[in-house]
Amino acid sequence: MKGIKHLFGIAGMSREQINYLIDLGDSFTEVNRRSIKKAPTLRGKTIINLFFENSTRTRTSFEIAGKRLSGDVINISASTSATSKGETLLDTARTLAAMQPHVLVIRHSLAGTCEFLAEHLENCAIVNAGDGAHEHPTQILTDLLTLKQPWGSPEGKVITMVGDIAHSRVARSHLLAAKIMGYQMRIVAPKTLLPSQVERYGCEVFHDFDEALPGSDAIYMLRVQTERLTDNCCFPSIREYHEAYGLNMKRLKSAGSDCLVMHPGPMNRGVEITSDVADSVQSRVLAQVDMGVAVRMAVLAALCGGGDEA
Amino acid sequence: MLLIKNGRVVDPANDLDLITDLWVADGHIAALGADLHKQADQVIDASGFIVCPGLIDMHVHLREPGEEWKEDIESGSRAAVAGGVTSICCMPNTGPHIDHAGIARQIIERSRQVGLCHVHPIGAVSKNLEGKTLTEMRELSRHGCVAFSDDGMPIWHAGVMRKALEYAASFDFLIIQHAEEQMLTKGGAMNEGWISTQLGVTGMPSEGEDSMIARDIMLAKRADARYHVAHISTEGGVELVRQARAKGLKVTTEAAPHHFALTEEAVLGYNADAKMSPPLRTEADRLAVINGLRDGTIEVIATDHAPHHDDDKQCGLSCAAFGIVGLETLLPLALELERSGVLTLSALIATMTCNPARLLKLNSGTLSVGAEADICIFDPKETWLLDRNKLFSKGKNTPWHGKTMTGRVTHTLKAGAVVFSHGVLHA
Repeated sequence: MKGIKHLFGIAGMSREQINYLIDLGDSFTEVNRRSIKKAPTLRGKTIINLFFENSTRTRTSFEIAGKRLSGDVINISASTSATSKGETLLDTARTLAAMQPHVLVIRHSLAGTCEFLAEHLENCAIVNAGDGAHEHPTQILTDLLTLKQPWGSPEGKVITMVGDIAHSRVARSHLLAAKIMGYQMRIVAPKTLLPSQVERYGCEVFHDFDEALPGSDAIYMLRVQTERLTDNCCFPSIREYHEAYGLNMKRLKSAGSDCLVMHPGPMNRGVEITSDVADSVQSRVLAQVDMGVAVRMAVLAALCGGGDEA
Repeated sequence: MLLIKNGRVVDPANDLDLITDLWVADGHIAALGADLHKQADQVIDASGFIVCPGLIDMHVHLREPGEEWKEDIESGSRAAVAGGVTSICCMPNTGPHIDHAGIARQIIERSRQVGLCHVHPIGAVSKNLEGKTLTEMRELSRHGCVAFSDDGMPIWHAGVMRKALEYAASFDFLIIQHAEEQMLTKGGAMNEGWISTQLGVTGMPSEGEDSMIARDIMLAKRADARYHVAHISTEGGVELVRQARAKGLKVTTEAAPHHFALTEEAVLGYNADAKMSPPLRTEADRLAVINGLRDGTIEVIATDHAPHHDDDKQCGLSCAAFGIVGLETLLPLALELERSGVLTLSALIATMTCNPARLLKLNSGTLSVGAEADICIFDPKETWLLDRNKLFSKGKNTPWHGKTMTGRVTHTLKAGAVVFSHGVLHA
C-alpha cells in the first residue's frame, strides 16, 4: 500500500490511508461469510505473530486473517520463545527476521517496541498489535469498520470513552484517530485514571459519567484491570467504580436508543458493563470481533502488497 | 414564635452587624428587625449581647465509637452547645474508623438521638487510616461525610496522597491533612527548640509540619484539588499556604485557639495538658498564625477538641497522649483576637461560621431568613473562671484550668430550640 511499510500506530497515518484499510477490510468481510473461507491474497507469504503479552482475540484474529488469505502464520508467545531462556528482545527479533518472514506482528508491554525493532530489522514489515500504553492501531481500524455500517462516516460523531484512560493504548490511538477522521472524543474517568494533560488531544474530559452521556453516539467502555485500581489507589473498590463509571441500562437509556456500545474486550461483566447492556441490541461488541478479522486481513494484505487484487 | 430582642446581630454571611431583633418560628429564622409587631411566645433579652450563627467547629474528636470513656457523642454534644457550637465535624480516628458508610450513619443517627447539635462525620481518606488504599469516598459522601481526612495519621506516602487528592478532586471533595512528617517527629512530645533542650524532652521540629505542607501543596496543584491543612502551627506553614493561595490554588487552613493563644513555654513544668500535635510552638510561630488570621490566609478557627482520660494524661510528659479539649474555651479564646484588634468581630465570627460552612458545603453558619435557627448568643464582656471539673466534656485536659476567661455563651439554640442557657443544658 502506498507509503506504508510498517503499521506502528495511528500517529502519522492520513485519512486516506485509514479509509483505504477500512474499505479494504470491508471488502474482506465477504470472504469471512463464505462457506469456504479462503482467498489467495497472501499465498507464499510468511507471517509471524510475536506476542510478549497475553492476548486471545488480537492474536487469534491475526492468525485467522493470515490463514484465510492463504498466508503461512506462525505464532510465538513469550513463554515459548527464547526470551524466557535469557535471549534479548532484539536477538529474538533478529533471529526470526533471519528466517525471512514478510510480516512480524508484535505485541509487547513496552511502549515503542515496534519502532525500536524496526530500526534493527530489514526486509520485513512490522505491525503493532499493541505496545504498552502507547498504540493499538488495528483495534481502532476495527472499531471504525464496525461503525461504518451504522454510521457511514464517523465524521462529526461523538464517542464517549470510559475507564482507565491512563493505561490504555486503545484510548491513545482513538484520540489520535479522532483528529484525523473528524470525530469527537469524550473521556470519562476520575483524575486517578487520566494521563497528564490528556485534554491536549483535543478531547472533552468528564469526571461525571452521567454528564457525558447525552449526545454520545457511541459509548466505548474500557476494561478495568482490578489489580491496577486497588494496588495503585486509583479507585477504592470495584463496587464504587461500578457505581461511578459502570455502564448500566439506566445510563445507556439516558444516552439514547441510537447510542452504540463498544468494548475492546475482554469484558468484566458487572464491573465496567452490566450484562444487559453487553447483550443489548445496542451492543456492537461481537461485531467488533468480527470486523477485527477483516481489518487484520486488510492490514496484512496491504503490507504484503497484495491488497489491490483482493 | 421566639423573639431575641435588642442584641447586636452579627451575621458575616450577610455582611450584617447591627443592634436589632431576631424572630424565630418553626425552627427557622423568620425575620430580622425591630418593631415588627409580631406576637412572641418567648423572649430572650439580648441587650448587650452578641447574637450570631451557631458556631461550626470543623475539627473535633468525639471518640465514639471506640473510646467512650474519653468522650461520647452525648458528652461531646453537651460540650459543644455549652461553647456555642451547633455543628461539629468529627474526625474518623474512632474504633472502628469512619472508613465505611455504616459508621458514618451510626454517628449521625446517635447524634440525632442526642439532639443537641449537628454532627457531620469526616470520612477517612484511607481504609483503617493505614495510608494504603482509598476509602469509598463517594459512598461516604452520600451518607453524610462532609470532608475526608486521616487526621492523627498523616498521609505519609506521596503516591497515595497524590491519588487521594486526584480522586477527591474528581468529585470536588475536600481533603484535610494532619501535616506531619513522622520521620522527623518520631518520639517527640513538644516543639523542638530551646525549651525542649532544657527539659531534655525529644522535640518535634517545625520542618516536620512545613515539609509535608510543601509537598502536599505541590500535589494539590497538580491534581487541582481542594486541600485543607488542619491545625496549622508554624510560621513556615502559614507562609506556604499564603503563597499557594496567592497563586490561586484551592488551599485552605485552620488554626486552633491554643496555637494563637499559647507558646511552647506552657509546657514548662512538664505540663501534659499543654501537649498536643502539632505542638505549641515559639512566639514567632504564634504571631505568624495570628498574622495568617489577620490577612485571611487562615480562614477557619477550629478546636482540634481532643478529650483524653486522666489515665492517658497523668503519666509523664513523654508518655502522655496528645491533645486538649477545646469546645468550651473556643469562643472566649477567639474573642481575644477581636479585643486585640487582629480581626473585626464580624471577621472573627466568620472563621467559626460561614467560612467553614463554605469549605464543607454546609447550609448552616448564617442567620439568613429561612435558614435553620442555629444561634449562639454570648456576652462578650463577662469574665469567668475556668474550672476543669465543671466542663461538660468528659475530657478535663485543658491548659486553662484556673484561668480567667472573657466572653461567655449565654444561650445556644439549635433549630430554634434553646438547648443551653446560662450554664444549664436543656435536652
